[in-house]
Amino acid sequence: MTFLPKEMRFLLGVVLCLAAASAGAQLSIEITGAGAQRTPIAVVPFTGEQGVGTSLTAIVRADLERSGLFRGLEVPALSPHPNENSPVSYGEWRSRLADALVVGSVAMSADGRYEVRFRVYDIVKQAPLGAIAYLFTKDNARAAAHRIADFVYEKLTGEKGVFSTQIAYVVKRGTTYELQIADADGERSQYLLRANEPIISPVWSPEGRRIAYVSFESKKPVVYVHHLSENKRQVVASFKGSNSAPAWSPDGKTIAVVLSVEGGSQIYLINSDGSGPRRRISNSPSIDTEPRYSTDGKWLYFTSDRGGSPQIYRMSATGGEPQRVTFRGSYNVSPRPSPDGRVLAYVTRDGGKFQVALLDLSNQQVQVITDSDRDESPSFAPNGRMILLATVRGGRGVLSAVSSDGRIRQNLPYSGGDVREPAWGPFNE
Amino acid sequence: MRATLIATLSAAGFLILAGCQTTPEDQQAAAAGVEDRSKPGAGKPGAQAQPVERPKIAAVDVTSGRKDAASALKDPASILSKRNIYFEYDKFDVKEEYRPVVEAHAKYLRENPNARMLIQGSADERGSREYNVALGQRRSDNVKKVLMLLGAREAQVESVSLGEEKPACSEHNEECWAKNRRGEMLYSGEF
Repeated sequence: MTFLPKEMRFLLGVVLCLAAASAGAQLSIEITGAGAQRTPIAVVPFTGEQGVGTSLTAIVRADLERSGLFRGLEVPALSPHPNENSPVSYGEWRSRLADALVVGSVAMSADGRYEVRFRVYDIVKQAPLGAIAYLFTKDNARAAAHRIADFVYEKLTGEKGVFSTQIAYVVKRGTTYELQIADADGERSQYLLRANEPIISPVWSPEGRRIAYVSFESKKPVVYVHHLSENKRQVVASFKGSNSAPAWSPDGKTIAVVLSVEGGSQIYLINSDGSGPRRRISNSPSIDTEPRYSTDGKWLYFTSDRGGSPQIYRMSATGGEPQRVTFRGSYNVSPRPSPDGRVLAYVTRDGGKFQVALLDLSNQQVQVITDSDRDESPSFAPNGRMILLATVRGGRGVLSAVSSDGRIRQNLPYSGGDVREPAWGPFNE
Repeated sequence: MRATLIATLSAAGFLILAGCQTTPEDQQAAAAGVEDRSKPGAGKPGAQAQPVERPKIAAVDVTSGRKDAASALKDPASILSKRNIYFEYDKFDVKEEYRPVVEAHAKYLRENPNARMLIQGSADERGSREYNVALGQRRSDNVKKVLMLLGAREAQVESVSLGEEKPACSEHNEECWAKNRRGEMLYSGEF
């Protein structure tokens, strides 16, 4: 057995095995803006990666560039071609204007899987930052590349990468609706549900194995929970009237939903396995909808028109007197607390334009971070760095991602129809 | 408070219901029917055939009466074929001009206790999808309230929302949006 770095981990079957086939059309990412300072990084093609049939390093480079924080350098032909065991000439890489370097190799292991080993260097500080090895099957080459990108990202930025996470979204083609999931880069899409009636409001459970959503297949909104690994689903809220706006509690045991069973639109709690009675926690003659738990589970943010116009409020997650959260403007909806709990993203209307705003919960500062006309359904990446949202371009629904500071915006064009209702999944594992 | 209000409205609905069931029009209609059937016998010779035919004709009348009621739902000439109630922007009250339509459907529901109705409320496309579900719900709830005030029973009517998801018109202008801010009344078998 060869020596492997201390941090070695195995990557086995990280992809959920779903029966649903890929719909064919993929999201593809184009970056239209970029951060002022992007760290130049050289990701040297790994020796032996041609044998995998997928260029791991091309995916790693694309991932890192998509974060808006890195710029991949063109790497010239090198002789000898360096790998994770080669001595590093910091001066040479500095002269190529690289601030960071990734080198590695891929080899077939005894059981037919591939083993990738690589190292990350800080060229400016002239220091190795870490090394790791992953085992993967040919089918999981993209997942392996995303893991590599996550490792590199974390070593260089100090925070977790989201390249291995997944996104969910709804595609409308004619009168057909599909709830799809894909890698965070839009690749490897597959559908969970195909219906002839609308699907809205998908939300990932905290552990990432379930998605709750609203389907209109029975001619009214009904809330389902879909179990990804078994590819089966169950009805969790189908009371008389409308059932919508599901939101998971951080422990995954409770789902806040909006029901009209007692008239109006009010917030209730139900068990996520559909058992037990519903518990009403909002009590107003107005609309109370779009509940979202704070990350610590203590608060429920929601949209209400109790003050005359739709504004965001919050109340204790067990119910109680709501406090108003948004004050500027006459239409503030779709609250989404950031993963660290410091910021609230929401949609604000200004002069007929719907845009994503961020409210700093510590000092009440508001920053509008998008500039389109019809931005909706914001969804934080699990590391809080990016926000995925739905917008309209050229009369068509598309997904877009914006950095939390508003400086980087990426569009995710999709050739296969109108795309909407994005939901960024949690960190996996 | 809200429950009390609904209870009051329901009580009012039942009073109206009680009133409606014995309306003079109904009595006149019933009386007219009897009169019609007796007319041929009374006004023409050959009246001796009447006792034989009478029960048969009465039976046919009942059947055709039911058939007429059901087919009236689809008959463009009948007010019952009108199913859409349109709403102003950011408004949820059933406008006066739709009163006759809602009254006709309330009457139909009263007279056909087995009839079941789904009211689908909708909003125009602007704004949050989930908030629009709530706006559509407020519209369908209001149509339901009026129907119940006019004597429809709770078990007969379900009000739901389609939000902005099923627009009747897909252009992005006020003319279209006005068509999408609606409540649509559908009977069993129609949805």
